[in-house]
Amino acid sequence: MNETLRFDVLVVGGGLVGSSTALMLARRGLKVGLFERRYCGAQASGVNYGGVRRQGRPAEQLPLAVRARRIWDRLPELVGTDGEFIVSGHLRLARSVADLAALEAYAQMANPFGLDLQLLSGPTFRRRYPWLGAAALGGSLCPGDGHANPRVVSPAFARAARAAGADVREQTAVTNIVYAGERFVVEARHDSGAMIEAQANWLVNAAGAWGNTVAGYFGESIPMEPIYPNMWVTEPLPYFIDHNLGVYGGGIYARQVARGNVVIGGGRGSGDGEYAQPLTETTRTVMRAACALLPRLKDALLLRSWTGVEGSTPDDNPVIGFSRTTPRLLHAFGFSGGGFLLAPGVGQVLSDLVVDGSTSTPIDAFSIERFGLARGG
Amino acid sequence: MTSIDRASMRRVVIVGAGPAGVRAAETLVAAGVVPVVIDEAPRAGGQIYRQPPADAGFARSKRTLYGMEAGKAGAVHSTMARMLPKLDYRPDTLVWGCGAGQLDTFHAGRERTVPYSHLLIATGATDRILPFPGWTLPGVYALGAAQIALKAQGCSIGRRVVFAGTGPLLYLVAYQYAKAGAQVEAILDTNPFSRQFAATPRLLRQPSTFAKGLYYVGWLAARGVRIERGVTLVRATGDKAVQAMTYRDGDRELTIPCDAIGFGYGLRSETQLADLAGCRFRFDSFNRAWLPERDTAGRTSVPGVYLAGDGAGIAGADAAEWAGRRAALAMLEDLGHRTANAQAHAMKLDRQLTSIAKFRIGLEQAFAPPLDCASHWPDDMTVCRCEEIDAGTLRRCIRGGEASEINRLKALTRVGMGRCQGRMCGAAAAELLSAEMGKPIAEVGRLRGQAPIKPVPLSIALMAEMDEAPDHLAAIPEHARDE
Amino acid sequence: MTINPSAASAGKPQSATDAPPQFVRLTEAHRKQVGLTVDGVAITALTGDTVLSAILLRTRRVRDTEFSGEPRAGFCLMGACQDCWVQLEEGTRIRACSTFVKEGMRVLTRPAGAVEA
Repeated sequence: MNETLRFDVLVVGGGLVGSSTALMLARRGLKVGLFERRYCGAQASGVNYGGVRRQGRPAEQLPLAVRARRIWDRLPELVGTDGEFIVSGHLRLARSVADLAALEAYAQMANPFGLDLQLLSGPTFRRRYPWLGAAALGGSLCPGDGHANPRVVSPAFARAARAAGADVREQTAVTNIVYAGERFVVEARHDSGAMIEAQANWLVNAAGAWGNTVAGYFGESIPMEPIYPNMWVTEPLPYFIDHNLGVYGGGIYARQVARGNVVIGGGRGSGDGEYAQPLTETTRTVMRAACALLPRLKDALLLRSWTGVEGSTPDDNPVIGFSRTTPRLLHAFGFSGGGFLLAPGVGQVLSDLVVDGSTSTPIDAFSIERFGLARGG
Repeated sequence: MTSIDRASMRRVVIVGAGPAGVRAAETLVAAGVVPVVIDEAPRAGGQIYRQPPADAGFARSKRTLYGMEAGKAGAVHSTMARMLPKLDYRPDTLVWGCGAGQLDTFHAGRERTVPYSHLLIATGATDRILPFPGWTLPGVYALGAAQIALKAQGCSIGRRVVFAGTGPLLYLVAYQYAKAGAQVEAILDTNPFSRQFAATPRLLRQPSTFAKGLYYVGWLAARGVRIERGVTLVRATGDKAVQAMTYRDGDRELTIPCDAIGFGYGLRSETQLADLAGCRFRFDSFNRAWLPERDTAGRTSVPGVYLAGDGAGIAGADAAEWAGRRAALAMLEDLGHRTANAQAHAMKLDRQLTSIAKFRIGLEQAFAPPLDCASHWPDDMTVCRCEEIDAGTLRRCIRGGEASEINRLKALTRVGMGRCQGRMCGAAAAELLSAEMGKPIAEVGRLRGQAPIKPVPLSIALMAEMDEAPDHLAAIPEHARDE
Repeated sequence: MTINPSAASAGKPQSATDAPPQFVRLTEAHRKQVGLTVDGVAITALTGDTVLSAILLRTRRVRDTEFSGEPRAGFCLMGACQDCWVQLEEGTRIRACSTFVKEGMRVLTRPAGAVEA
């Protein structure tokens, strides 16, 4: 059975970025379609660490991060669930005096954006966090940051988009896109074999780790590599980690959910661009670091590990904004592991670009033009 | 990534020292190979021929422990004992992960990586569990658990035991309990006798097994043990622990006071390692489960990975021994090893395995699990006992259109996310999805194996070792920038 | 404290300690005794008993669930269901059905210091 569809905007990719974009556009009265080749929120959006975090981002990301953070407070009203979002604060740990100095410098840069970062160290820090290992000398706390459950949040945005009138199609893989006669003509195939043709005035490339496939149709692939961030989860434990934890310099991050499980992230798995598996060597390294950071976890049982496919750019910044080659084509991909907090804000920004032609949030740093000459798909 | 350039490494590893693993080892040892044999248990024998702990003074004879299977059990045990000098045997060792040609193991608090070029997965089975209200009460056990309590600990699971569910194991365990002096209150078989009768022609393909089955039932009946057939299990009740089992027979509901229940509906294969090893899976309607694909010899879709025994589909202990030998012969062939009579031996095993397959069909016919159970589960019945997720939560998610396949259902409701990783609730979740969606169970998806396949403490990372062997670890990645 | 398997009782269990035992030792009772502590209480078991058996030969509860607090007493006895994890006083987690008792073992079936329900 073949179908022909007409939209104002077609969004390619049903992760959190695509779903929030579809939601925001549908709420602003546009006729929106979304094609997702598997299930909404099942890729990076659903298997990431779950940090809802402004702290630690480079300056150019902060305006977008701040805007996105405000949306997180409105999740129940927007998508019908709070997605287990907890404003736990984000504590970024220092392992050396140099780290502490770096956190100070970061706070000076970031606090004008409203992050309210507080530096702690010394005996006050030790007393406040007796459960942190000795290697943590101090840290920077962002009280308004937190964490949520990605498995629940991403599908919720897709559902809300549907409820707002967007035509969300899962198991629908895009097979070709051309821009012809002032509109985008998209061919797609449902898992059942049914073929779909959609025409849209605007196209949003929210295809995540596969964003280059879509960008390639328009001659503007970017230097993006797949990465496979490794995650683990422990059995439920008595609650003791009251912040979302990160370490300056990276390596490991950890958060404890309301049910008591501790989610730990760090290092990389292996994969082929489509599928990924955790790596034992990574498990070994990161669990060692976890035991040092959180000695109480030493005896806790690890229940399972997982990973997913994310797109990573050379400067770890996403691509957000207008295409260089094609009118009314918007890109929003390559979030390099930091997309979870940003995605609801990106949806709003993209809806600004479609409806108003511009947005008040600075996104020049994310322009696709920064990667130089166009590359073929 | 494939097994890379391992031309120089020949390392055969067997996971599981039950009947399949032991016979595979025997075949390999006879050909001059020194396999690594890894087993989670402290002693060989698997579940069916499980031995009581060593050096603890257990005195029961094999006859008492294994009844009519004493000869077979003893043979497996003594074969293993004889082979010890010729094997690298690692008991009390959990294989918790697998990938890129190496196994991740855990023994005595330490993690150890074991590379392999050829891997036989003989991980056996657990009880197939379909819940009923009250099944999480203390005193309610899997049928296999009841057998282990008696065999390996000399204990009964309770003072007044009800056995329930279906399958030949039901009568065997009840018989063993009654013989050992336990009080068996009743056997509640969800299959009517007519099904067993109709299956007789197929069951007669294994006449001695069939005769044993009849013997157990006859023995129990002669001693006045209450046997109810064609019943539905309704609920277990009790204050903090089980005190009664209620069942329905026709339109009557009857309640039996008891302090222990052992129940099960046959067995389910342990397939997580095969999954992590990259094997392709196929839904097997006969086992009503997703199973790793294998050919008649036991080769999987992954070169160098083989399967044998109940871990690849339920076929019983005799079949496991044959399949273990058969897979070892395939391994030897693939290793370029020529053994005299290997082909004749393989053909004989193939014939034996084919014959038992027909018997197995008869058993499934006689002892089918209750396929319509899911629609009767009350909303407040626990489905996932680890995470305490009830049927109502699953139904709301499915009926709300949020999940139409099992991984999405797991992501949204947490079913299967607990310590047992879906072993006890996976079948139930699939049955519920199938019933709610009106889709065949083969189409609701399958839960994936994830490492660690059983829980391990974080501290395993603190003391890790690598077997002396070519180092195929991936390059240690740079630190993550993502949070 | 000497624990005798209680006579068959029709009464309801009042609390974890005066509940009649779950398991019944049918045979092999001649084995060497082992002394251990469960929740601070000294008990004896026999060599070759699992921690699960040792506990259930005395009572009907091995642990409580994290979410509803309901009692559990193991289920599969073969290390598959993971419903019998308890811990040693020094912190190590042990799966009761697959861990043998050792002389002097100090087992906790609820967090140390927790009041019995």
